[in-house]
Amino acid sequence: MAMDTDKNSYTILFAIAMVLVVGSLLAFTASTLKPTILEQERMEKQQNILYAMGVNGNEGTGDITFVSKELVDNGSGKKSPKVSVEFAKYITKQLVIENGVAKEDKQAYLIDVKKEQAKAKNGGTRRLPLFIGVKDGKTYYITPIRGKGLWDAIWGYVALDENMVVQGAFFDHKGETPGLGANIKQRYFMDDFEGEKLLTDAGVFKGITVAKGNNDPKNLIKDDYEVDALAGATITGDGVSAMIKKDLKLYQPYFENLKKLSSN
Amino acid sequence: MGLLSKKDAKLITDPLADNNPITIQVLGICSALAITAELKASLVMGIAVMFVLGIGNVVISLMRNIIPSKIRIIVQLIVVAALVIIVDQVLKAFAYELSKTLSVFIGLIITNCIIMGRFEAFALANKPWRSFLDGIGNALGYAIILLIVGFFRELLGSGTLFGIPVLGDPIEKTGVYSLGYENNGFMLMPPMALIIVGLIIWVQRSRNKALIED
Repeated sequence: MAMDTDKNSYTILFAIAMVLVVGSLLAFTASTLKPTILEQERMEKQQNILYAMGVNGNEGTGDITFVSKELVDNGSGKKSPKVSVEFAKYITKQLVIENGVAKEDKQAYLIDVKKEQAKAKNGGTRRLPLFIGVKDGKTYYITPIRGKGLWDAIWGYVALDENMVVQGAFFDHKGETPGLGANIKQRYFMDDFEGEKLLTDAGVFKGITVAKGNNDPKNLIKDDYEVDALAGATITGDGVSAMIKKDLKLYQPYFENLKKLSSN
Repeated sequence: MGLLSKKDAKLITDPLADNNPITIQVLGICSALAITAELKASLVMGIAVMFVLGIGNVVISLMRNIIPSKIRIIVQLIVVAALVIIVDQVLKAFAYELSKTLSVFIGLIITNCIIMGRFEAFALANKPWRSFLDGIGNALGYAIILLIVGFFRELLGSGTLFGIPVLGDPIEKTGVYSLGYENNGFMLMPPMALIIVGLIIWVQRSRNKALIED
């Protein structure tokens, strides 16, 4: 016997059943996969931080390659993802700067910069994570930054030396246009930041501008506070300049303090 | 007898050319404009649509006799949205890097007219196996156009294919750049996708006059 699917009561019951089934299915999927997704996000942060300080699998030019997530012996006979083992090896200190005071915090890499920015906007104090890494005897200070692109959020990690000269950078985005703004994640763009200064000779914070039509498209001049822009991605480029200026400026007092301590 | 009957095989082959969802039915244009600046994105979008359309068509076909006609569009929308969310979550958990490449496009799949069009025009009236073939065929037809558009846009716009430089190095001026060729930034803009799709339609119709409407 054929069902009368046009009755109002049937339609309502069908809608309720559909919502229950689909809702349960999605809730089950989300809750089952959540721990795995969080673990993936945690490892991604570690990869990005290591990438900024030059610990990665890159060879020559081309695509960016991170330290892999494959399982390796972590030294105590147990298997851990390679990226976590490398993170523990290279990142010697994790700090959280709050109200100008820097405290050690081993979970600093889990701090959500977006939430901290929102907190500061609402009058609260912002916690600034800072990672100190040592590679080949050289110390790197890696800072997370976050801003707005054309369509959505953009973020990154910038590795600095004690004079606030960029040693490496990593940028990423949520939804910039493929082939245009999305190219901030390309190596040729990120590599341009290496060696750029953030402070003037007088010690005033100037930042780095992603500049269109500058006289240095190969970015050979490292003290012009400019890197060459990406074609067709003006707003994303402006977003990168803005987040560098806004977020890295907050770390300036820490570096001034560092200098004072080392000169004493 | 082969794996597919002649009638079934037509479900796969027809949408590739003579009943292509983009060039003949003029559906799915929005995503074709948005994501074809890179060949890799075109390929990934094609695969994702194939998955969602193949499975979605089967689900709708299985439910075709019990869906109330008054709310059938909402039901179709729920099915496609649920499938897209599940795909997104599974990719995030087990293929995180790929899910990041896909993230922008996953949302676009929900708004893809081809999917709703096939649910409405085919899956609601046909059995699951035929609906599955229809979904795969249409997704393949869609993917082929995306790949053609992506190929020209990436090659002429960035000088690369799948991110690999093929026209030489634009900064050091090797390859065709040494002959004076410059990357055409206009190719990376969405309007160029529309122009390329228009050219494909032109070529297709000039080769097959039966496609021209009076």
